[in-house]
Amino acid sequence: MKAFAALLDRLAHTPSRNDKLRLMADYFASAPDPDRGYALAALTDGLFFRVPFRRIFAEMLESRVDPVLFKLSRDYVGDTAETISLLWPAREGDAAPPRLADVVEAVQVADKAEIPALLAGSLDGLDATGRWALLKLLTGALRVGVSARLAKTALAQWSGQPLAEIEEVWHGLTPPYATLFAWLAGNAPRPDTAGQAVFRPLMLSHAIEDQALAGITPEDFVAEWKWDGIRVQASHQGGERRLFSRTGDDISGAFPDVVEALPESVVLDGELLVMRGGEVAPFNDLQQRLNRKTVSASMLKSHPAHIRLYDILFEADEDLRPLPFEARRARLEAWHAAHVPQRTDVSYMIDFAGLAELEALWAGARATGIEGLMLKRRDSPYIAGRPKGHWYKWKRAPHLIDAVLMYAQRGSGKRSSYYSDYTFGAWRTSDEGEPELVPVGKSYFGFTDEELKQLDSFVRAHTVDSFGPVRQVEPKLVFEVAFDSVHRSARHKSGVAMRFPRIHRIRWDKPAEEADTLETLSGLIVD
Amino acid sequence: MRPERFDSWLTVDAKGLYCRPGGFHIDPHGVVRHAVVTHGHSDHARPGHDAVLATKETLAIMRARLGELAPRRPQSAGYGEPVTIGDVTVTLFPAGHVLGSAQVLIEYQGARAVVSGDYKRSADPTCACFELVPCDLFITEATFALPVFQHGDASAEAAKLLKSVEQFPERAHVVGAYGLGKSQRLIALLRAQGYDRPIYLHGALQACCDLYESFGVPLGPLEPATGAKRNALKGQIVLAPPSAIADRWSRRLPDPLTSFASGWMRVRARARQQGIELPLVISDHADWRELTDTIAETNAGEVWVTHGREDALLHHIQTTGRRGRALALIGREDEDQ
Repeated sequence: MKAFAALLDRLAHTPSRNDKLRLMADYFASAPDPDRGYALAALTDGLFFRVPFRRIFAEMLESRVDPVLFKLSRDYVGDTAETISLLWPAREGDAAPPRLADVVEAVQVADKAEIPALLAGSLDGLDATGRWALLKLLTGALRVGVSARLAKTALAQWSGQPLAEIEEVWHGLTPPYATLFAWLAGNAPRPDTAGQAVFRPLMLSHAIEDQALAGITPEDFVAEWKWDGIRVQASHQGGERRLFSRTGDDISGAFPDVVEALPESVVLDGELLVMRGGEVAPFNDLQQRLNRKTVSASMLKSHPAHIRLYDILFEADEDLRPLPFEARRARLEAWHAAHVPQRTDVSYMIDFAGLAELEALWAGARATGIEGLMLKRRDSPYIAGRPKGHWYKWKRAPHLIDAVLMYAQRGSGKRSSYYSDYTFGAWRTSDEGEPELVPVGKSYFGFTDEELKQLDSFVRAHTVDSFGPVRQVEPKLVFEVAFDSVHRSARHKSGVAMRFPRIHRIRWDKPAEEADTLETLSGLIVD
Repeated sequence: MRPERFDSWLTVDAKGLYCRPGGFHIDPHGVVRHAVVTHGHSDHARPGHDAVLATKETLAIMRARLGELAPRRPQSAGYGEPVTIGDVTVTLFPAGHVLGSAQVLIEYQGARAVVSGDYKRSADPTCACFELVPCDLFITEATFALPVFQHGDASAEAAKLLKSVEQFPERAHVVGAYGLGKSQRLIALLRAQGYDRPIYLHGALQACCDLYESFGVPLGPLEPATGAKRNALKGQIVLAPPSAIADRWSRRLPDPLTSFASGWMRVRARARQQGIELPLVISDHADWRELTDTIAETNAGEVWVTHGREDALLHHIQTTGRRGRALALIGREDEDQ
């Protein structure tokens, strides 16, 4: 428990992705089995305890801590689990702290009535960090800034096995992942997942560059629209149906409509969309259904999900990935025609005679609400990862507006001494008829290190007020902000929210009064 | 005869806590003619006083930090040596907070009042260990007076820092540590773990380290961080005042990993707000248990609480059947920074 607690504690305070990877890789290298397996399960949200821990904790505290002191402490600390871990009366000279695996396994098999005593015993044997980690683990909310994919990447870093292979076996395994660690430690062969509904790592594309564009010919490439949803893999194998995100997270629970419609013995690649009456709804509608464990009946009705199919990876037991794209595409069309599954269609292939025609299509993408074009080599096999020279995405040109820097916030990690997160605004007319700035977005990238230094100096020299880590600056500096699209938002004062805003150019030369208005920005909303 | 009430002879005026029959203030905020000073931190040892009674270490610290505004008439007293001032007897006892820190025992007509100043009970190789002084009135600090503050083992925190240095050898570990007391204690803790490489110092910390060494506290090899080659600081430990660790000063360091040694680091939100990557829970103040144990052990029937989170401590004092009172003293900041 001690090593796991120390790991969580470090992760919670470490902003850098690479540093997090190193901390996890070091832990996986040194922690014993099955502790590291349960730690991995916790980091990948794979541990669930059906126990009302919050109520149990409240009851346990009643007999141990003065309620007035608890309330004062809770108000100061701001988090109940952390408060409990900190003020749990420490016991001196106790036996060795409990092992992670022992605690997890004991709670899993314990009778409901035994749990309070079991927990009290575990908490007694731990220090404050250990108690904090245990409570986080049991209540299922680690919040240490680690995604399942990052944890798997750390496994790859530690073991030297490719991430794609770890992802491929992942969904066939369960905590504490004994066979996985045996393989990664070099003591056993790779776990066999043939015929199971496991995640097959996706093939990804590169953004196209000008010199590559010249080589795009209808002889070698096909073109498809790039739809504005999320890439998914739908799998129905060995009697199990699953929907995976691009990073291998199982999102089946949030999309029972598309999962149930999936015919047997197939693995498909496509774009998950919300569709109404044959029309693709804006990304915002899809977002309503993401990041949920379950979905309500009314949401299923108002935001129906759909998969636009791009590719087929398996049909029955046949692995189609080594086939050229064209052959797979033919198999996909034939399969779809034979099964006619609900809530799916096959992505439309665009006919084009040459580059000039493609460019015209690309230029028109903005008007039609499509994200851009996908260009795929006709003879490419399906290769996990982002292989060079096979698939290209050609995103439509971004929108640009000129906005005024209003607030700057200190960054984290390497940027902790810099004001590096910028909130910018657009002009509107106030109730008094005066021009005023209203915040329209926030961004912390798009500029070089040298520009960051200049921006930091500007913020320090033009501060008019500060609120903790945030400084309000004189409205003087104009950013040319690039963004993919803009949507209505009730949560923002301006009533709009941008997607992927980034600082495209710093307009040191441009007077702030000449920046754009909120009206201009609102005019770009596509609903 | 014993005075009925302590507040008939120990009062609070605009300048701070005042002992009427002795004619002196204790740790006054404003300038006074006669003061007793418990220790050298700037919110206790203010500039401009005339006569000051303190330990010789505290007087040396005041001289070093205050220059011309150091006490004009310093008088040193050793621990345990009674000094008569007016109608009272004053004796200083070790408080275990920083070098030279003292509790002040004031005896008046058979009554014993102890002003703790800041104190801690846990081990600290850089200063004399806290000594319990039985009394009738105990005037205590309350910086960490919430049960969530249990400081734990400071050596384990030093070990955590060393482990991180090993894990991230390409990064400079910059640790925020208060210049007087915390820095030297942290250095001593690292030395006790066997760390014998040079420790690099922000310029503001040098004078206090020199002073500790002159009083016989060995700190091992220390080097100035300012002026050191950037690459030479990779994988090194650099100590700096808390205000410098996440500001422009730290940019001279290679990929700095910011750490902070303070009792406040026990609370995650505090570490997060300040962007601390490696919080080290090392405090020079008593934690909740030390506060409540000390109150019980002094056997005082009455306890006054000077500064900090007095609500919780007063509640505790009342539940143990003692008389409690909050003293509203100005000029005490969030200590242990």
